[in-house]
Amino acid sequence: MTDSSSNKQVLLDIKDLRIEGYADEKWFEIVHGVDLTLHKGEVLGLIGESGAGKSTIGLAAMGYARDGCRISGGSVDFDGMELTTSTDSERRALRGSRIAYVAQSAAASFNPAHKLIDQYAEAPLNYRLQKKTEAYEDGMQLYERLRLPNPREIGFRYPHQVSGGQLQRAMTAMAMACRPDLIIFDEPTTALDVTTQIEVLAAIRDIVEQFDTAAIYITHDLAVVAQMADKIKVLLKGNEVEEADTVTMLDNPKEDYTKSLWAVRSFQRDQKERPTDGQPPIISVKDVDAAYGDVKVLQDVSMDIYAGMTVAVVGESGSGKSTTARCITGLLPPTKGEILFKGQPLPPKYTDRDRDQLRQAQMIYQMADTALNPKVQISEIIGRPAQFYSGLKGSALKTRVDELLDLIELEPGKFYNRYPPELSGGQKQRIGIARALAAEPTFIICDEVTSALDQLVAEGILKLLDRLQKELNLAYMFITHDLATVRSIADEVIVMQRGKVVEAGPKLEMFQPPHHPYTDLLLSSVPEMDPNWLTKLLNERGVDNVGEAAAVSGGIDS
Amino acid sequence: MDYFVVGYYALLIGGSCLAAYFQQRSAFLLLFTLTLVSFVVGIVGGQGALWTITVIAALLALAAGTSYAWREFLVTISGTETAKAFRTMPLTASFGLFVIFTYAVMGIFAPVIAPYGEAEVIGGAFDPPDENLLLGGDQLGRDMFSRIVYGARNTVGLALVATTLAFVMGAVAGLLAAVKGGWFDQFMGRFADVIMSIPSIIFALLMLSIFGANLYVLVIVIAIIYSPRVFRLTRAVAGNVVVMDYIEAAKLRGEGTGYLIRREILPNSTAPLVAEYGLEFCFVFLLLAGLSFLGLGIQPPTADWGSMVRDNATLISFEDPTPLIPAAAIALLTVAVNFVVDWMLYRSSGLKD
Repeated sequence: MTDSSSNKQVLLDIKDLRIEGYADEKWFEIVHGVDLTLHKGEVLGLIGESGAGKSTIGLAAMGYARDGCRISGGSVDFDGMELTTSTDSERRALRGSRIAYVAQSAAASFNPAHKLIDQYAEAPLNYRLQKKTEAYEDGMQLYERLRLPNPREIGFRYPHQVSGGQLQRAMTAMAMACRPDLIIFDEPTTALDVTTQIEVLAAIRDIVEQFDTAAIYITHDLAVVAQMADKIKVLLKGNEVEEADTVTMLDNPKEDYTKSLWAVRSFQRDQKERPTDGQPPIISVKDVDAAYGDVKVLQDVSMDIYAGMTVAVVGESGSGKSTTARCITGLLPPTKGEILFKGQPLPPKYTDRDRDQLRQAQMIYQMADTALNPKVQISEIIGRPAQFYSGLKGSALKTRVDELLDLIELEPGKFYNRYPPELSGGQKQRIGIARALAAEPTFIICDEVTSALDQLVAEGILKLLDRLQKELNLAYMFITHDLATVRSIADEVIVMQRGKVVEAGPKLEMFQPPHHPYTDLLLSSVPEMDPNWLTKLLNERGVDNVGEAAAVSGGIDS
Repeated sequence: MDYFVVGYYALLIGGSCLAAYFQQRSAFLLLFTLTLVSFVVGIVGGQGALWTITVIAALLALAAGTSYAWREFLVTISGTETAKAFRTMPLTASFGLFVIFTYAVMGIFAPVIAPYGEAEVIGGAFDPPDENLLLGGDQLGRDMFSRIVYGARNTVGLALVATTLAFVMGAVAGLLAAVKGGWFDQFMGRFADVIMSIPSIIFALLMLSIFGANLYVLVIVIAIIYSPRVFRLTRAVAGNVVVMDYIEAAKLRGEGTGYLIRREILPNSTAPLVAEYGLEFCFVFLLLAGLSFLGLGIQPPTADWGSMVRDNATLISFEDPTPLIPAAAIALLTVAVNFVVDWMLYRSSGLKD
């Protein structure tokens, strides 16, 4: 088979792929006939929201279907071999040696009981490609190419002894161990901070280019895929929407759905100023120190949050954002300093606060799955705070729940008697918001509320939060590591690093230079839609000056 | 060679061929292996051995048939939501449910079913079975069948009461320990360790000889012996739930411990707890039977399976299977409960294939 756009050899040819899933004692189709052609050395980006079938197709490219799924039609032709009809042992011979897979969560995919390099050497030893010492040597070289620190030593550590970004790179090295023809990257950077994401992206891109490996890169982040892929395929609910070269796709998308994906980040709100009527701030954190046991995690943190304003707290994981929230809610009493609510000090422990104080500050959590009790009906999840704080009963309570469901744009009749596991991620997050609103608070802490959601859904949640703020004059403390979210919704920004506030101010000022060096690093690490962004950034900064390396190097400590 | 042997092999070989023709791989392997085994067994053991195989196969088929029909029956009579659970139930679980159901009927309607009273002397000691005494007489000439039926009520009933008590004690302590944490958790944990470190039979024997072998002491002693296991499981299960964000949200709302346990934690830990209840029931039941066998459990003349085994034990030396009947009743219930528990654990763990 020849292709006009490329004279390279076809490596993977998927035709009319259909995959069925099993639920409620029935098989139903989840991928409806997708075609995919991949040439040697080519990188294809698969994008779409969750449930679009990206990962399912990625796994099918290895001839694999998850438990409860089956490949029901079509063909998967890998370098002349038909994978849908081949036997298990034939497929097993391909996996690891000619096709490799890099999973989303490296931390969950490594075996915690073995050293990294032993796990690296497993495939080459199994396929008898290399002797153990050769495999070790080869592994160290790959670690060096992936710019892992101490490449000759890091492999002899256990997975929990290295950071998330390093683990993800170690996993990429593992996938490379047998020099496969095809690697499938399933959202390899989704769980990482922006600063760590960059170095993983740079490392993956380099190594794929060096060994001329073909890759399927699955992600829901357009800016990321723009850096990595030669061509992009957009998926929606198991159907292909369109496919084109990266540049064409970014500049000139044909389909409406693709355009809507591209336009997502358009939501932007005007910045509000602090109220000047002399009212004390709703929440004021004064010189707070906090520690988990002997480990000090917060140091002299101060912030003021005024009524009706959104204060975004940004920083990478471990910077103390969530700990500050825990101090405000009283889950973690500070070791020094105090929390004022409308000028009045709050008791440091939540058990010492009275109902009215508890009612004023509510939380919305990152993972709606764990934030809503799966065995309790929606009506009770939302109704309980109303019943608890306002003493509503019977029909008054039902009216209140209906009102709250209306407020979060869900139809009361349809959701009243349902359970959380029956809802989609966005709907669950809305229920979480309704539960917070049911207490009639003046202040809500939003802990990474959109980071587990697809971009379109996340935008809906942001718009909802914004509308509620206008209607109810709520103050938000918005914890996030996503600067695009900050840009769209925040009034003030607080940047935290290692338990300290490094910079704070109104949003517009914060996004204008000059920045604190750490803020600068955060800002410049956010991927942009420009396909050459990563190349440019690496040229500007040099490969050793991005990500963790940059954060650790001198000059940034305040 | 008589017709039985000819028919036996014809059936097996015919069955294997049919299975092979219709590509029923596992059925073919089973049937043909059985054929090959039968060749060897037939040569070594003669016709009698083949009869034994036939009887075993027939019994298995009967049990499977009963389980299948019972499952279909349950699916038909139950509502849509439960019917779905029953439809995916394995035959073993169905068999277990059937046995439990039979025992329950036997226990509840014991006076109606049993032809004689449990302490009534009908004939001579160790009378052989006839149309009056369905399973023969025991060492005092009481009807064995009636005593088995009454035994279902006494032994199983007592085991249920003891298990429930152990469960309430253990579960409440476990939930409180998980929610409160801190020194209370430590104290309860160490206390449970102390109880578990004492061998259970010896502890029971000691307590029963101090306080006398009456039913109340028996129930309380068994509950104390088994509650630490329940405590540990409940604490572990609840410990996983307690760290969830929705518990944090409820705590921040200012909810009390009672609400947290009742509305937030219990609904999320029922499945493993129910399975554990079934398992504990088996252990309690066996301990109870064992104590009765030693003469410290349910006291005569009340019918009880454990003591029935002991009372008739001498018959074993005369190749009479009578003492094995109550023993079989104990074994069957234990196996049945375990079948059901296995199914429930499978469901609650979310394991697939």
